[in-house]
Amino acid sequence: MRKVELKGLTKSYDGKQDVLKAIDVTIEPGEFFVLVGPSGCGKSTMLRMIAGLESITAGELALDGKRANALSPSDRDLSMVFQNYALYPHLTVEQNITFGLHVKKISKKEQKARCEEVCAMLGLTDYMKRKPKELSGGQRQRVALARAVVTQAPLCLMDEPLSNLDAKLRAKMRSEIRQLQRKLGITMIYVTHDQTEAMTMADRMMILSGGDVQQIGRPLDVYNNPANTFVASFIGSPPMNLIEAEISDSVLVADGHWMTPITADMKAKLQTDKVTLGVRPEHISLAKDSEPGFLVQVANVEVLGTETLVTFDFGEDTQWIAKWNGQSDIQPGAQIRIAVDDHHLALYSTETGERIYCQASEQAAEKKVSS
Amino acid sequence: MTVIRQEATSGSTGDWHLERKRAWSNWMTGMMFLLPSLILFGVFLFYPMVRTVYLSLFLTDSQGVPVVFVGWENFVNLFQSTSFQLSAKATALFVLYTVPAGIVLATALAILANQKLRGIGLFRTMFSATMGMSVAASSVIWMFLFNPSIGLFNRILAALNIPGVQWLLDPQYALLSVSVATIWMNTGFAFLILLGGLQNIDQSLYESARIAGVSESYKLRKITLPMLSPTLFFVTTVSLINAFQTFGQIDLLTRGGPMESTNVIVYSIYKDAFINYNVGSASAQAVLLFVAVLIVTVLQFKIGERKVHYQ
Amino acid sequence: MSIGKKVLLYMALTVSGLVMVFPILYAFLISFMQGGEVLQGSLWPESFSLANYFSAFERVPLLTYLWNSLVVSVLIMVGQLVLCSLAAFAFVFIEFKGREWIFYLFISTMMIPWEATMVPNFQTVQSLGWLNSYAGLTIPFFAMAFGTFLLRQQFKTIPKELYEASQIAGISKLRFFTGVVLPVAKTTITTLAIYSFLTAWNMYLWPLLVTNNEANRTVQIGLKQMQTQEIASDWGVVMAGVVMVILPTLILLFAGQKRLQEGLTQGALK
Ligand SMILES: Nc1ncnc2c1ncn2[C@@H]1O[C@H](COP(=O)(O)OP(=O)(O)OP(=O)(O)O)[C@@H](O)[C@H]1O
Ligand SMILES: [Mg+2]
Repeated sequence: MRKVELKGLTKSYDGKQDVLKAIDVTIEPGEFFVLVGPSGCGKSTMLRMIAGLESITAGELALDGKRANALSPSDRDLSMVFQNYALYPHLTVEQNITFGLHVKKISKKEQKARCEEVCAMLGLTDYMKRKPKELSGGQRQRVALARAVVTQAPLCLMDEPLSNLDAKLRAKMRSEIRQLQRKLGITMIYVTHDQTEAMTMADRMMILSGGDVQQIGRPLDVYNNPANTFVASFIGSPPMNLIEAEISDSVLVADGHWMTPITADMKAKLQTDKVTLGVRPEHISLAKDSEPGFLVQVANVEVLGTETLVTFDFGEDTQWIAKWNGQSDIQPGAQIRIAVDDHHLALYSTETGERIYCQASEQAAEKKVSS
Repeated sequence: MTVIRQEATSGSTGDWHLERKRAWSNWMTGMMFLLPSLILFGVFLFYPMVRTVYLSLFLTDSQGVPVVFVGWENFVNLFQSTSFQLSAKATALFVLYTVPAGIVLATALAILANQKLRGIGLFRTMFSATMGMSVAASSVIWMFLFNPSIGLFNRILAALNIPGVQWLLDPQYALLSVSVATIWMNTGFAFLILLGGLQNIDQSLYESARIAGVSESYKLRKITLPMLSPTLFFVTTVSLINAFQTFGQIDLLTRGGPMESTNVIVYSIYKDAFINYNVGSASAQAVLLFVAVLIVTVLQFKIGERKVHYQ
Repeated sequence: MSIGKKVLLYMALTVSGLVMVFPILYAFLISFMQGGEVLQGSLWPESFSLANYFSAFERVPLLTYLWNSLVVSVLIMVGQLVLCSLAAFAFVFIEFKGREWIFYLFISTMMIPWEATMVPNFQTVQSLGWLNSYAGLTIPFFAMAFGTFLLRQQFKTIPKELYEASQIAGISKLRFFTGVVLPVAKTTITTLAIYSFLTAWNMYLWPLLVTNNEANRTVQIGLKQMQTQEIASDWGVVMAGVVMVILPTLILLFAGQKRLQEGLTQGALK
């Protein structure tokens, strides 16, 4: 187990533009830490800096409290799984797994024993004599995992290890990797651009965009309480619906005539009379007859079996998505009346995108106090 | 930039030492891997090149030891000597005879052999066969073919009732004869590379052309040749340089004769240095050869950059 | 493709193929002919007797020459493979100050025609006492820019993650070179080996300069010797010598033709 601390970690490839801007985070021993963000935001760069494959422009990296900025990769006692697996094509599975163990002064016998153990753990025992090209994608992926596990390094780095697999296999490997990490008790830093992966696997996650940290936190906290509109629209599938709204008295008005009441403590936090309003798709429902509702036109309907996604036009050029349980037989073009659960509203500054108010978090805080 | 941003913590000097050490060790390792090549290039290419330039400015004794510094005199003498003028002319003509014809022939063969036909492998093998032929062996064979009394060419002429030709002994024909033999010798190599270039062309280009229904000659002009141009460019450069460096076939077929009509530059250098023991003059010619090759390469790259269509 | 077009193509292929191989084929046929047959200008030997071959071995020490050529070619091949792969590895996998500069130095070697340097090279080899020795015949050719570029091209296709994975595992550069890069690149290395061997076997000018006795001569110079000694009198014997010289390289070429073509194209174009 290892503690990894980044203090103001900064990276610039060309000396002009920073791809990573003063990252601060502490990754606790035994934690499954996920780095997530859109393509090009600097995830791989950060991971490779931790591995020692990329130099550190400024700031400090500490492993178990000791400065490690200039340590060579092999002195950091970590393992890494690459997106393309980086298996040696000319070696068998067994040789791939044990390649390099001799450097760590491990006897031939011990190497064999360890190899057999991890192969058994990962279901590779029958393939030990095969070459990588004779394996399926999932099996190759497992060999790459085995190679990381066999070193018994207390810290494991993974860079989008599942992105070459099909959806079904990905879900399976997700849970396998998670279980493996728990069993071995190692610290894991895991890079992905897939928010589902981040949500389902992480103890804590960091959302990066353009080299800046957007939010760090437990998946549910991030989901319920996105720090800004970027996180709100990145996490969740489909993402949070956003629209600009105006405040008049005690109501929020969006699109000129749709309105929802706001509470006093909400109002207390508002300094401007313009905000961005966020609503999760699952908090939009069909209005019951007795409820106040709002008439919208359905643009598209996707029935997924257990749930239905309804896209409807909202405002001039905005479309919102609502997510309902069950299978709905609404047709595109239909006019429906919708209601928004006003206990789950989030308000963001229109200028900065930063969160101003989030009902879910206020409620959670209240609950904690009362219990 | 980095320096300004570097934090003034106690750790960064440690980093600096570690990084210096790593950079140093990388440099050492890199040099270990490169040193064997660098030493050999130094001893057998760069040093002799410099030495050649140096020698070209001296009169030398028969051992090739420089005795008197004469400056440009070797060059001045060269340009005034008819012998060198003949040699320069022979070289230029030789390049002119062999390079364009050789490339056209090899390209034609490559296009012919790039068909998907049964047994095409056999033909490819036949076309590339000369790549396995040494200059010496090829020259001996062509010597026989050119033989005035029993050689194939004069037999054919005789059969057509045309008087025989002294292929290698007649100043009018000797350079041409050597050129024909040379074209044959070089075809295999050029063919192999051009065939490789053809096979690298994306097949979907031809498929879309087929859908558009264009003619074969249109495909050749608009797809094959443009897409092949990088390869053609490479082959042209190599052929030009090879032509300047020709020696073996001259030594075996004509020894620079008759009447110095085939005394191409490298043969002339060889004769001056190792037969006439005039190392100063040989070195001056070597310098000129170097300059010629340099100009060709630079020109090729300049033209190539502009004209060649890279994928 | 229509039948007519196919027939036409086959005809063109056959005619040009025959023209190209005719000189080689003819040499084979003459090597079996008696002196009289050659003079009559026949195209086909009356019988395939090996008399000319025996005679060739008797008149010149052909076996010694062949052996010398073999040793020289193998030495040059091995030397070039070792030096080129080492240099290519450094250019791809080791980052250090001055690497770019050295790379340009390598490129510049392609612009120096080797023939322009032969006089001082001869003097160098002479002063090293390497005349008439394998060392003098081989060592000057060990460094080769073309081969280095060819292998560099190939090494660059090796995913850099393989290198990074081995760095994390703490494997030394040398071990990564011998344990991963060389085995992964073995087809290109074979191509280069074939090319090196062919070129070395066919070398003419340099062996002519640095050998002057029968014990060290290579077979190409042996051919020159045969041709000047026996000219016009015994073409059958001379051609038997020619066949002995070209047989090894032709076999090598036919075996490795496809690979050679792919490898050379790769080296030429990228
Ligand atoms: N070696 C390099 N030299 C210069 N710029 C680089 C280099 N590697 C990455 N970059 C730049 O740094 C930024 C971050 O790249 P990085 O590879 O870390 O992104 P990423 O988050 O891993 O993206 P992806 O999800 O596509 O893998 C990008 O803008 C990229 O162009
Ligand atoms: Mg990445």
